[in-house]
Amino acid sequence: MAKPKLKAHRIARDWCKGCGICIEFCPKKVLELDTEAKAVAARPEDCIVCKLCELRCPDLAIEIETEREGANHE
Amino acid sequence: MAIKDYIRERFFPHMWCPGCGHGMVLNGLLRAIETLGMSKNEIVMVSGIGCSSRISGYVDFHTLHTIHGRALAFATGVKMSRPELNLIVPMGDGDALSIGGNHFIHACRRNIAMTAIVMNNRIYGMTGGQFSPLTGYGAMATTAPYRNIDHGFDIVQLAMAAGATYVARTTTYHVKQMTEILRDAIIHEGFSVVEIMSQCPTYFGRKNKIGDAPEMLEWFKNTTTPIGSKAKQEDPSLIERGVFVQKELPEYCSEYAKVVERAMKGRS
Amino acid sequence: MSDNVKFLQGNEACVEAALYSGMDFFAGYPITPSTEIAEQMAIRLPRIGGTYLQMEDEIASLCAIIGASLTGHKVMTATSGPGFSLMQEALGYAVMAEIPCVIVNVQRGGPSTGNPTHVSQGDVNQARWGTHGDHAIVALTASNHEDLFRVTVEGFNIAETYRTPVILLFDEVVGHMREKLVIPNPGEIPLVERLKTSVKEGIDYHPYLPREDGRLPMSDFGAVHRYNVTGLFHDMWGFPTDNPKIVHGLLRHLVDKIDNNAHKIAMYKDFYVDDADRLLISYGSAARSALHVVENRRSRGERLGLLELQTLWPFPAQIVRERARGMQSVTVVEMNKGQVLEAVKSAVDKPDRVFLANRTDGVLITPTDIRNFLRVIKGKGI
Ligand SMILES: Cc1ncc(C[n+]2csc(CCOP(=O)(O)OP(=O)(O)O)c2C)c(N)n1
Ligand code: SF4
Repeated sequence: MAKPKLKAHRIARDWCKGCGICIEFCPKKVLELDTEAKAVAARPEDCIVCKLCELRCPDLAIEIETEREGANHE
Repeated sequence: MAIKDYIRERFFPHMWCPGCGHGMVLNGLLRAIETLGMSKNEIVMVSGIGCSSRISGYVDFHTLHTIHGRALAFATGVKMSRPELNLIVPMGDGDALSIGGNHFIHACRRNIAMTAIVMNNRIYGMTGGQFSPLTGYGAMATTAPYRNIDHGFDIVQLAMAAGATYVARTTTYHVKQMTEILRDAIIHEGFSVVEIMSQCPTYFGRKNKIGDAPEMLEWFKNTTTPIGSKAKQEDPSLIERGVFVQKELPEYCSEYAKVVERAMKGRS
Repeated sequence: MSDNVKFLQGNEACVEAALYSGMDFFAGYPITPSTEIAEQMAIRLPRIGGTYLQMEDEIASLCAIIGASLTGHKVMTATSGPGFSLMQEALGYAVMAEIPCVIVNVQRGGPSTGNPTHVSQGDVNQARWGTHGDHAIVALTASNHEDLFRVTVEGFNIAETYRTPVILLFDEVVGHMREKLVIPNPGEIPLVERLKTSVKEGIDYHPYLPREDGRLPMSDFGAVHRYNVTGLFHDMWGFPTDNPKIVHGLLRHLVDKIDNNAHKIAMYKDFYVDDADRLLISYGSAARSALHVVENRRSRGERLGLLELQTLWPFPAQIVRERARGMQSVTVVEMNKGQVLEAVKSAVDKPDRVFLANRTDGVLITPTDIRNFLRVIKGKGI
């Protein structure tokens, strides 16, 4: 099975309350709080699509959008 | 279905504080339901009163937001009158074990098929941080300003002794375990109790100087351990996580169906 | 003797009436003098595929029947004073969430554990104001088994019509007394069934938007419409709100739907009222003694009449005012310290002509007691 590849961190800014959980527990330190105290993906290229931020977000504000690697060739 | 299909999006952002564990329970619960592929019409969520109990407003099921402590009693009425419905009953620790303690042990004893989720933040969140029956000896709360002298319940032990046939504990830090446990609890044919240690950074965290939400999750990680682990043997103060009981015993609605059968045949 | 003719206790008559009404879900907790209701339900309901649930207390009992009502069942619980006290919070929930349900209180002497095996009518005001906050409530009573049967069936009808809890405020004497009852044939007393919504799946259903006639069609839990039920002030979808306009509107609706229909909910019986110059007002078992006095005095040519109330709340003030008009005296016969007396006084044109004939020692008020009161009242020159 192909490994899912990151398309984007979809973050609902109006749902995010800036608690910092996603940032603290991202194994690759991909996320940061911006100047408005909202989570943003500062280093998306480091994302390993573990989805822990999505699973742990208390505000249901994060969705990891993926595309399957090699999907274009099928 | 995506998990967003199970919520009432128009009420988001929700009312819980930044970093509140109750949102993480909602998140994990929706994923459990999603993996089971359940239809929204077959689920009834019954809750009581508290920050935790507000969860019922956010899910697109049949939702019954009741009075403090009595959710399991309402749920028993719903279940007995429509046994084919799936009942999910999220409660706060005060809701479930203080004012609702009696209903809790009796629901365990009856082994009626429903899923009781205790969102245990060890404090009365909604009323502003008073101690609950889970706060524990020595902890701080607005009504325990000189430290708490009440000893806490062990929810798992209590549920087991009262007769629940599925009993598990996890934390909001352990989201994958949470979702697996909730999934199994929902499909369990009997009364299931899932204690989820949930953080209230606003009151418990602050009063007890544990810190903000991420620090509280770190604390859950460091103070809990899988059931029967080596770490537990070395440090008995660790709190065990996992499934403590999972057994088959006659379920209450099916037992009642037998009563009906006997009555209709005129036997006793 | 036909199967329909029974000799039974008032509590058993109540069970017969509930079953006649189509009630098929009962939850309760034993308490004297209402226990026979639970015991009979435990025997009868499983035979018809209904549900009898013995809960851990009265709070749980009322909560459970509210839950069952939401799946479309006609539901009931039965208790007495201490249990009725425990039910007050859930009763308010049923008022707020507009859940049809019937709560029987077979009254005994209070306060507290009081006088468990003896009669009283001390819970009249508790029925009215036991749960907190402004609200309207329906409470009905009866003095004999035939009436008790009708009143119970009517209680279920009112609960369904107005989507409200209905309290059946019986008492120990009527509950335990054995009397003949002819059970009406099916259809003899019309039944009001649950009004279900006709809104189709996929169309926005407003569980809390009253129709023009004030009624709220329901959708059963488990059916195609998913909505919220809460004890908080809520909007027309059932979701919590503190919008002052909506709060005001909902409270007004909850009170008006009952109070504006007080004339339809009013049940009462006139005995020799037309030409009377003195009036007794009574209800429940006390009305049996009151009727005895009236019939006895009539045979001696005295123009005494009796208004027997079956609806206590909403208080049938207009009926009482009309009947009391022109009377030399109005005497309220009851077994408490004057709970209906106060309501009568505020209803009539001449409150100073209203007197109390009561007994509060756990013994049924007798015709002699009432005659003695009447003599004293007469001695006052009235
Ligand atoms: C009968 C009654 N007593 C007290 C309250 C006030 N009250 C509301 S929520 C609550 C406690 C909430 O704590 P918990 O159940 O632990 O849930 P949390 O808010 O922490 O999620 C209390 C005491 C109430 N609503 N009803
Ligand atoms: S007070 Fe505590 S429990 Fe309530 S929403 Fe805030 S963090 Fe959550």
